[in-house]
Amino acid sequence: MAVFWLIGIVLALAAAGLVLGRARALACVGGDARGLHSRPVYHGWTVAVAVLGPVGLVLTFWLLVQPLYVGAVVSAMLGDSADPRGLLLAEVRRAAEGLEAAVETGVIPAALAEDARADAAEITRRLKAAGQVVTSDLTAPVLRAAQRTLALNASGDRAMAGVVLAVALAGLVLALRRIAPAFRARPVVERDLRALLIAAASIAVLTTLGIVLSLVFNTVGFFRLYPAAEFFTGLDWAPSFSGRGGASDLGVLPLLWGTLYISVVALAVAVPIGLFAAIYLSEYAAPRFRALAKPLLEVLAGIPTIVYGLFALLTVGPLLMRVFGEAGLGWMQSGTAVITAGLVMGIMLIPFVSSLSDDIISAVPQALRDGSYGLGATRSETIRQVVLPAALPGIVGAILLAASRAIGETMIVVLGAGAAARLSLNPFEAMTTVTAKIVSQLTGDADFASPEALVAFALGMTLFVLTLGLNVVALVIVRRYREHYE
Amino acid sequence: MTDMNPDKARRSASLHRPDARTRRRNAAEKRFRACGLAAILLGLFFLLVLVATILRNGAPAFTRTVLEIELTLSPAQVDAAEAEVFKTRAYAQLFIAALQDQLETRGLDVAFDAGALERIVGQPGGTIRAHFQANPGQIGEPVVFELAASSRVDGYFNGRVSRATLQDSRFLQASDLDLVDALADAGILRRAFNLTFLTGADSGVDNPGGAGIGAALVGSVYMMFVVLALALPIGIAASIHLEEFAPKNRVTDLIEVTISNLAAVPSIVFGILGLAVFIQVLHLPQSAPLVGGLVLTLMTLPTIIISTRAALKAVPPSVRDAALGVGASQMQAVFHHVLPLAMPGILTGTIIGLAQALGETAPLLLIGMVGFVARGYPEGVVAGFTEPNSAMPAQIYTWAARADAGFYDKAWGGIIVLLVFLLTMNLIAILLRRRFERRW
Repeated sequence: MAVFWLIGIVLALAAAGLVLGRARALACVGGDARGLHSRPVYHGWTVAVAVLGPVGLVLTFWLLVQPLYVGAVVSAMLGDSADPRGLLLAEVRRAAEGLEAAVETGVIPAALAEDARADAAEITRRLKAAGQVVTSDLTAPVLRAAQRTLALNASGDRAMAGVVLAVALAGLVLALRRIAPAFRARPVVERDLRALLIAAASIAVLTTLGIVLSLVFNTVGFFRLYPAAEFFTGLDWAPSFSGRGGASDLGVLPLLWGTLYISVVALAVAVPIGLFAAIYLSEYAAPRFRALAKPLLEVLAGIPTIVYGLFALLTVGPLLMRVFGEAGLGWMQSGTAVITAGLVMGIMLIPFVSSLSDDIISAVPQALRDGSYGLGATRSETIRQVVLPAALPGIVGAILLAASRAIGETMIVVLGAGAAARLSLNPFEAMTTVTAKIVSQLTGDADFASPEALVAFALGMTLFVLTLGLNVVALVIVRRYREHYE
Repeated sequence: MTDMNPDKARRSASLHRPDARTRRRNAAEKRFRACGLAAILLGLFFLLVLVATILRNGAPAFTRTVLEIELTLSPAQVDAAEAEVFKTRAYAQLFIAALQDQLETRGLDVAFDAGALERIVGQPGGTIRAHFQANPGQIGEPVVFELAASSRVDGYFNGRVSRATLQDSRFLQASDLDLVDALADAGILRRAFNLTFLTGADSGVDNPGGAGIGAALVGSVYMMFVVLALALPIGIAASIHLEEFAPKNRVTDLIEVTISNLAAVPSIVFGILGLAVFIQVLHLPQSAPLVGGLVLTLMTLPTIIISTRAALKAVPPSVRDAALGVGASQMQAVFHHVLPLAMPGILTGTIIGLAQALGETAPLLLIGMVGFVARGYPEGVVAGFTEPNSAMPAQIYTWAARADAGFYDKAWGGIIVLLVFLLTMNLIAILLRRRFERRW
């Protein structure tokens, strides 16, 4: 909340700077803008930038460093005896948050919350009465650490507010004094704007970096607790629910098998339908039919995956049960199975295959077709023997992209494929996938230091590498093919 | 011309009568073409089935079974009830008396007790007492009460529960259905529009009737604000840099490659990123729409950048050249001339990116925005960003994962609400494109 107001004040200062700078620029040439090097509004912007730029840097730096500093002080206070350090620190943080909320709502007077000799049991009782800490009793060292955290944070916030306001005012005054008729305000503003544009463009790189780092760090942490060899070669997936300890079997192979099996079923549905649809749309369909059918097919790709998940769970599953279940052929135990998820995912993937293939088939030069027709081939012969071979690399690329979608798809398999990890060839059995297990291991009250939670990051890493590889191969194939004809 | 065809007999045949091989080839052609058409029709058939399923299963969520009764309480009755120890039970008895009255005037004779009534409409006494305490002026006047029936009765009305499948339980007994039928015949028990579904919050696992999507909808809207406020300016800035200013070098190549790769990264990986960076490292509040919005921003940014660049590219170079020719700087040419002309295209792409973000579920589950968090509305405008909330798709997932089939109706209904939003956004995008698109 304090930061919120601080940012508000700084923004107001910047706005004032914009107006003041503009007015000052005009004033120093007696109201005749022609005497200025740059238009008055650029002078105003230099002032606003001089306020916002440094403040932005200071604020970001401070907000990143303060928690680190407080964390270091507190863990020094707790000493080396702290067994699992992360857990104790988390407890301190929870206690601090609870105390803060309790003081805010007036359950505990501020003096008592800050009192270094306050009785831990007394405060625990009051916090529990206020519904703040429900998990465990506060021990005296944790309470002291929490109080110290609060005190440090409070003084840190005060110092931050002071520094930020000082920097903002200094920027305002200095920038205002810089304004003169010959001051080249426009190039200055444009240079800063350029920097902002570059920063925005590099967010994509930062995101990728963030993904890779967060996956790598946590995966390494997981492999410290659980042998990597067993993760990659283990044939069993049986995480223990009770807590930490080596009782879990966390082999990735059953999950990979489920993922690949469901993806293959999905592609077996999507590729023939999508490919034939693409051929018809690009080679046979009248323009009006094409203009109607293509967007309608693409609606399938725009429907949220949760809808497909529900469709699989509540409609397709029961439908398949009626045919293949105990009442029918007796092959299926429950509605959630590989075939259910695969079928529904296949429907979702149809437009991915058809739209991309359509573009690629349309890009095959007309001269190839004309040559084939000239030799007396029918349309279908031309398509099968000339157009498709020419478009094949692109189509393979499209299928690979669809495959990477299928592997990364989450909601359909969470709802439609079941929860049991098994290595089986029977498509009517329930299996589970990498994505479904990431969800199940990370939702709920996961303790992020346990291998059962950390395994999700290793699974995420597997998924990331797998899809990235497929995408890169697909893009390379598509790009090479395009260059070939253009 | 050299005679290439050794088959003399075929040459002698009339061109009007195709020979066997031609017929075969033509048949293959027809089959191939039919396969293509069948594929498209199959795809459209799937779409139709999907839409029909959603509409058919989702419609019941928007109505509920209510017991409508007109109640007139005299001041003496109210005073007597207030004097009792169990006040709500006294009110319930007044209610039962009134109900019996109404049934008799309609000539229906069904025996029922307080227990059966409780299984059908819960405990109406509290509702009635609360109403008269809030509006004391209405004592003595006829007041129409609409009391929501229990979810089993609701299921009986929309066909989920039938006499054959009903097992006697503390929720509903087969004998109660006679009373339900009688009340329905009398017009006292009927279907009415369910406003609670649109405005309410998630209910407990045993109360599907009271569940609503309103709170999750608010969460979704907050997230969309965050996404719009961040993704639009960042996307435009990044696109302008890449399209107008970036030098052709390795850094630019790196940025371009990462953007096209990010566009294909599975959404759940962004959820892992959000969990690890925003929650574990930066300690932003868990389950908050702010964090959800940040994650979805990163996820939709590539889409928005790609479409924004296409829109910028579509503005002809002559516009830039003319601006530069009359003395504008490069920045001025871009910001004063190119950007406004590209804006309709940019907005169209942004809205489509937002629609994609609105339907996303998996990353939200990882950062804790699961459905059962959405227990109420945020307490203020600012708190809406940081207080735990859910989003529509995550709420739908939570309902779908519950054991009580009563929640499935809600999940389908939630999908209708979600799709209405998506449809509206896409329509706005199409209209924008139609209205402002310029062909150069």
